[in-house]
Amino acid sequence: MERIPILKMGQSLLVSIQVDMHDRLALSLQDDLTQQIVNTRARGVLIDISSLEVVDSFIGRMLANIAAMARVLDAQTVVVGMRPAVAITLVELGLSLTGVRTALNVEKGMRLITESGGMEDGAGSDE
Amino acid sequence: MDTTQSGIAELLSRDEEVILAEWIREQVGDQRRSNLVADTELRSQSAEFLGLLRQAVKSGSVDDIHSREWDEVRRMLGDLSRVRAQRGLSPSQTAMFVFSLRQPLFGRIRHLFGKDVERLATVTASMNTLLDRLGLFTTEIYQKGKEELISRQQQEMLELSTPVVTLWEGILALPLIGTLDSARTQVVMESLLQRIVETGAAIAIIDITGVPTVDTLVAQHLLKTVAAARLMGADCIISGIRPQIAQTIVHLGVELQDVVTKATLADAFGIALRRSNRTIVRMGKTAAAATSDAEPGTGTH
Repeated sequence: MERIPILKMGQSLLVSIQVDMHDRLALSLQDDLTQQIVNTRARGVLIDISSLEVVDSFIGRMLANIAAMARVLDAQTVVVGMRPAVAITLVELGLSLTGVRTALNVEKGMRLITESGGMEDGAGSDE
Repeated sequence: MDTTQSGIAELLSRDEEVILAEWIREQVGDQRRSNLVADTELRSQSAEFLGLLRQAVKSGSVDDIHSREWDEVRRMLGDLSRVRAQRGLSPSQTAMFVFSLRQPLFGRIRHLFGKDVERLATVTASMNTLLDRLGLFTTEIYQKGKEELISRQQQEMLELSTPVVTLWEGILALPLIGTLDSARTQVVMESLLQRIVETGAAIAIIDITGVPTVDTLVAQHLLKTVAAARLMGADCIISGIRPQIAQTIVHLGVELQDVVTKATLADAFGIALRRSNRTIVRMGKTAAAATSDAEPGTGTH
């Protein structure tokens, strides 16, 4: 069964979603991610959705869920790379993902995590 | 019916020149006539129309002006109405082109069929109906022309009225002018998000000085735009809230949630600069050299 790779960069986890999400994949991503956060003691989770052209209410809710789970495990979630069309669709659907932090691209997302997470080594930052 | 039609056809082909001359005299002499149509143009249009009308009556039925035989007449009348609408003539001035044909035509009908009362009545009746239909047709086309004009202007206004300007590196401003409806919100949102992607801006200022009224619907549209920008990683500040607007917002119970609002664009710009770790410093004559490294925009990020 296909899985979405979770990469560790310093104290952050990088997840790049590049395939169409379906229920099973989303559930396994939630499982894997929570497991990884605990294993690596990550402080930040970066979810890159720049290659997603279609986002429905299901994926919207999944993103909100992942953010909530990560928060419980004391890690911040930043969703990056959302396309304009996707953003408009989500807003029209009434899903404005309150509680999820967002950034334009991976670089800015990483900076956001580094700046507010108080990471000692500033891992993953470009500065 | 056939005798009526052949009567009309006969009348038109035999007396075309007389009718044309009288018709033009009628139109030129009309006091309400607009000076927007030149006499020579009127003459050539009248001659063309009468010729086309004669051919159409000869081959097609006078009861159905939407049949193929009337294509040319409809095309000619359509062009004429559209041109007159663009020049600013009124609908009645446009329709008078057809209706002014009534007098000269009926004069000839009386002249030709005066002795045959029954024929006179039927020809008059069907000619009346025909002229009415053609007159209404010009009004229809006139109306359509005006509507096209309005929708084109609306489209142009939509494009003109949603500029996204870069105030500073990473700071965008969106001065909104006019009422926000859902169609406009869509355009505003798209252009804002597109510019956020292009410039990588982290802060967008939505200035509503030019928005005449803010009701619950407009507020909802604003909040949608703010939410969409936030999903792209840009924070929004709403500025340009006039005192009346502030009162309306509170009276209506509109919740602007946790969006930062400012009275003027200048205040919003100040906040935006502070958030991106920049300051604006006045350069005194003596301190110019000392503060040269604190120019606006050169602050560390």
